[in-house]
Amino acid sequence: MNPGDTLLYLDGVTVTFDGFRALNALSLYLEKGEMRAVIGPNGAGKTTMMDVITGKTRPDTGRVVFDANIDLTKRDEPDIAAMGIGRKFQKPTVFEPHTVWDNLLLALAGDRRPRFSLWARETADERERIEAILQTTRLTDQRHRRAGDLSHGQKQWLEIGMLLAQEPQLLLVDEPVAGMTDAETEQTAELLREINKTRSVVVVEHDMAFVRALGVKVTVLHEGSVLSEGSIDFVSEDPRVIEVYLGR
Amino acid sequence: MPERSILIALVAVLGGAVLLAVLNQATAASSAAHVPTYVIALAGKYLCFAMLALAVDLVWGFAGILSLGHAAFFALGGYAMGMYLMRQIGTRGVYGNAELPDFMVFLGWKSLPWFWHGFEWFGFAMLMVVLVPGVLALVFGYLAFRSRVTGVYLSIITQALTYALLLAFFRNDMGFGGNNGMTDFKDILGFNIQSDATRSALLVISAVALCAQLLVARFVVRSRFGKVLIAVRDTEARTRFLGYRPESYKLVVWVLSAVMAGIGGALYVPQVGIINPSEFSPANSIEAVIWVAVGGRGTLVGAIVGALLVNFGKTWFTGMLPEFWLYALGALFIFVTLFLPRGVMGLFARREKVAPEPEVETPAASAAHEVTG
Repeated sequence: MNPGDTLLYLDGVTVTFDGFRALNALSLYLEKGEMRAVIGPNGAGKTTMMDVITGKTRPDTGRVVFDANIDLTKRDEPDIAAMGIGRKFQKPTVFEPHTVWDNLLLALAGDRRPRFSLWARETADERERIEAILQTTRLTDQRHRRAGDLSHGQKQWLEIGMLLAQEPQLLLVDEPVAGMTDAETEQTAELLREINKTRSVVVVEHDMAFVRALGVKVTVLHEGSVLSEGSIDFVSEDPRVIEVYLGR
Repeated sequence: MPERSILIALVAVLGGAVLLAVLNQATAASSAAHVPTYVIALAGKYLCFAMLALAVDLVWGFAGILSLGHAAFFALGGYAMGMYLMRQIGTRGVYGNAELPDFMVFLGWKSLPWFWHGFEWFGFAMLMVVLVPGVLALVFGYLAFRSRVTGVYLSIITQALTYALLLAFFRNDMGFGGNNGMTDFKDILGFNIQSDATRSALLVISAVALCAQLLVARFVVRSRFGKVLIAVRDTEARTRFLGYRPESYKLVVWVLSAVMAGIGGALYVPQVGIINPSEFSPANSIEAVIWVAVGGRGTLVGAIVGALLVNFGKTWFTGMLPEFWLYALGALFIFVTLFLPRGVMGLFARREKVAPEPEVETPAASAAHEVTG
């Protein structure tokens, strides 16, 4: 496949919760190798969109096509994860009682079945992969620490590291810099750009400075559908965007 | 190499059982060092309870499944053993019927029900000890975990499971002796079940079984499987997005735990000499959870310590102040919840870990957490 091929295609996806339309005929394309920022006010449907892509929520109507021919609406979370879609949550969700090392070990792409994990032994290859990710996420010195004892920013990176360990084709990243210091925010943008060299990324973010720093195509969601799409300069000039989001 | 706490537990359980058995067998009844047979039977019973506690800890401490019905698996293992023991009575029963146990003769039954066939063979009965609790757990667990029933809802259906079995086994036409259950056992594998030697042997076998279960449980929780299990316990949704199927992990550990409880029940019956439906009573399952909470959830060794301590306390208390036992048990549970969230094991300063511990969480908080989480 060429870099220009569509990796993910949301086609008229609608999700309603008790009559509330969280997503309203949302359509969106993502190309292979692309990084996309998704912004929008609270309740615009950003997290619901992630839920639909990862199999947590089934849409009422519409299709979610991944990698040209897989309809994700027919699959569940572990299936979708195995197909190569990784997700980072808004609130850092790491396995707190485990060490940083074990968190990455559990995330490493590989056999997920109990019959394998009961007898599995750490291999040299696994150790190498974990070392590489520790380096990318600047957690090398923290490897033996309990994940629960890490700082907020370190937890965010560990979670991104776990995503990398999954070796997904597509990363969905929900508010990666919420609660981070400026320096951490900058390092995170750098990290995402680094990741984007080999994988497609969708970032949901509130922090406009961060989105600007990423320098990628932006999709603005409002009331469950796409309001505007384009460069950050383009969408921030768009009067509809200014009205619902930026202007307030 | 196992952790120090596990080694101590193995040595204490095996050594203690062998010591008691030797002091019972090799000393004269008049000697000051003699251990009377009732102590042997009591110790054996405690070790069987410890197996039940270990089984509960495996699912509650490491998979977050608060089972309030684990005594059901224990009782089913016990019934399978009881059926074997009934068939060994033969013509020595009150009615002298070689084919039918006394209660069937009493009910006027003419032939042995189909599900009693095979239980005259020890090997078959032992297979059933493992298979019956295992298959029940497999079916129950498959349905419950696949439907993503968790937390208090799961606890409630486990409680319902044991209660349903209690009611079923009370019925005479179930064919398991109804209200009275099974008793008056004569021998096991040809050895007189009442003799001191048999009782001492059963005690040592129980100790060996408990130690083996402890090692199996340790292997499971220390493996990569165990790490996934702990991840499932704390953040189940996250494990799904990593590609794991929490339901398969829970099912495996749930079935293993049921089998462990069943083996405990099977060893319990010859040592107490009776099995009846009261073993299914929900209170028994809840008591097992208290043992684990007292010893320390998620520590394995703690489950054994808790079961031994609380049951020793129960024996002592019911001898001294029988009417106060339930109050004492309730007070103990409250005390542990408030002041010893990590149980007795938490008192030991040396924090070597069998596996990562749960967040400091009292049993009650864990239940509350599991409703919302």
